[in-house]
Amino acid sequence: MSAMNDSVHEKLKILSDAAKYDVSCASSGSNRANTSKGIGSGVACGICHSFTEDGRCVSLFKILMTNNCIYDCAYCINRRTNDRPRATFTAQEIVDLTIGFYRRNYIEGLFLSSGVIKNPDYTMERMVLVAKKLRQEENYNGYIHLKAIPGASSELIHEAGIWADRLSVNMEIPTEPNLKKLAPEKNYPDIVTPMGQIRDSILVAKEERKKYRKAPRFAPAGQSTQLIVGATPETDRQIILLSSGLYKKQNLKRVYFSGYLPVNSYDARLPAVNRPPLVRENRLYQSDWLMRFYHFKAEEILSDDQPFLDLDVDPKLGFALRNMHLFPVDINRADYEMILRIPGVGVQSAQKIILARKHRRLNSLHLKKLGIVMKRAKYFITCNELPAPGMGWEPKRLRHKLLCEMNSKYKNSLNTQLSLFADYKPVLPTLH
Amino acid sequence: MKIYTYDNTFEGFLTCVFDCYSRKDFPVDICSRYGEQRYLFVESIDVPTNPKKAERVWKGIQKHLSGKNKQLLFYAYLSEELGIEMKIYRFLRRMFSGHLNLETDYGDPDVLHLTQASQKVKKEAMRMMQFVRFQRTKDRMYFCGIEPRYDVIPLIINHYQKRFTDQRWLIYDLKRNYGILYGNEKVEEVVLTKKQFNAYNGQVKEELLHEGEDFYQKLWRSYFKHINIEERKNLKLQRQHMPRRFWRYLPEKQEAN
Repeated sequence: MSAMNDSVHEKLKILSDAAKYDVSCASSGSNRANTSKGIGSGVACGICHSFTEDGRCVSLFKILMTNNCIYDCAYCINRRTNDRPRATFTAQEIVDLTIGFYRRNYIEGLFLSSGVIKNPDYTMERMVLVAKKLRQEENYNGYIHLKAIPGASSELIHEAGIWADRLSVNMEIPTEPNLKKLAPEKNYPDIVTPMGQIRDSILVAKEERKKYRKAPRFAPAGQSTQLIVGATPETDRQIILLSSGLYKKQNLKRVYFSGYLPVNSYDARLPAVNRPPLVRENRLYQSDWLMRFYHFKAEEILSDDQPFLDLDVDPKLGFALRNMHLFPVDINRADYEMILRIPGVGVQSAQKIILARKHRRLNSLHLKKLGIVMKRAKYFITCNELPAPGMGWEPKRLRHKLLCEMNSKYKNSLNTQLSLFADYKPVLPTLH
Repeated sequence: MKIYTYDNTFEGFLTCVFDCYSRKDFPVDICSRYGEQRYLFVESIDVPTNPKKAERVWKGIQKHLSGKNKQLLFYAYLSEELGIEMKIYRFLRRMFSGHLNLETDYGDPDVLHLTQASQKVKKEAMRMMQFVRFQRTKDRMYFCGIEPRYDVIPLIINHYQKRFTDQRWLIYDLKRNYGILYGNEKVEEVVLTKKQFNAYNGQVKEELLHEGEDFYQKLWRSYFKHINIEERKNLKLQRQHMPRRFWRYLPEKQEAN
């Protein structure tokens, strides 16, 4: 018994280590009810149960079924030519771990991914088996996120969608030629085809459920994907346009960005960096937010002549500085869309402003109390009593001023730019 | 100058509101009868809690508040802030006198304050959904002892009841010394007199734990360690999402023994 336990423990170490580069951990979007008097339920907003030292949330039990893989993708730590400890879980072991963790309220559900063993179908089949066991044998209604293995048959992907809450196919490399270069054994259609299939099945299932309440669900929490940023020379503009296209055409729920970590630094096809491009990743997420919650269009975030996001200021402030003619915005009159565009105003504040101004005219004191970052917003608004100070700023000067005032939280902790003097320690004269 | 005192329950407070209306009073303060005395020369009226009166006021509130704000005043009350009663009282006066959609008048200091207080309470309730960790005991009970900042245990019953229907569990508030026990599809409030657990971190005594418990905690600690990406270390962000005050209840933040 204890020998078996120890082997599970060892495998858990290896396979969680191998799974950590998948960024998605969301448990949101599903409100599956615990109808069967079993265990588990979905919470639409998702719940994060813990946070690791890198500040990322642990919501799902994120694990690989195996880190054996037949592929040799340059960016992946589990590529077959890497000399690493390898392990494979049985379906039952994953089921037991998931239930054991879930019952103790450690996790919100399971996120199962895998290296590809034998062939995509063989792998996918075993992953589907885990989900099926959980749902049928354990009477489990918690969250399940399954990775769809590129190249798996459409029947298997359909079955995965029946048991899982969310499916994802990882794109990893944003453009086809670069994918070919880094992962010669994979091809683009293998990624895009299942994505399209999942999209269609989700739409069909939704329509069916409108007609029949008991119609089976298909991946009720939608599908997501992940792009690696910084491993290949794609520009931010390309990445943003791609993700906007994925939201619109493939109906994705989320596109995740993963700052490239040099896991296989010996591979000459990859750029030499010493730390992941965290600021760039953050700016991309901010742009993603602008598209999903702030009604921005992809083309507005970066203009044609700008391939990259400004690392110093967030994309919303960047937009405002480029479009000074749209400002100042009158807080008491402007429509919701415009209020969302003011730097320093979030979605919640914008909604509060819209509601509150029905009762009374708002002034800058109100705004401050509502939680609006006046330090930034004041240059872009007028409200009740006075035209905000600082009108008629020239964009370049305003940018400089704001930068000086902001003690950016990224300045020290996340600065990935190589610094000339970073490791230089001055030699001090010794005192006698 | 009058103040009303009550038994420090929400029902008691609603009874006060009822009595203020029936006596046509506008008190200078409504406060707990157990709290410190804050006034010297006032007439103090002690109000015995009356569920029927409270019920009538609560129904009135429900009629006036819109959909997602129905619990606003209850949550704000749970924040246990000094003087929150008068803010709610003034709010009710204005609401009952016919001010429509008062709960969205964020330009008003009282309304904004109540909204923010209720947000704080909701957040704490959310944290009770995040950071509760059950330990399995020999008698097949899943136990968790924890200390929420506000009295939010009643707000999470529904969540846990729906989620864990086939296991017995007990969530115990270490500070307020009561807990909720689920078993046989029923939830009850319990007060434990003989404590078999550490009152500081809710750890159940070793000899009472199920034999597999230690193993699962060990697995969880390993998982937590290995899922971390060292190159992205950001301790500040970790603390921001998971405040230190919860660490002592979390097995993943304990050193292996």
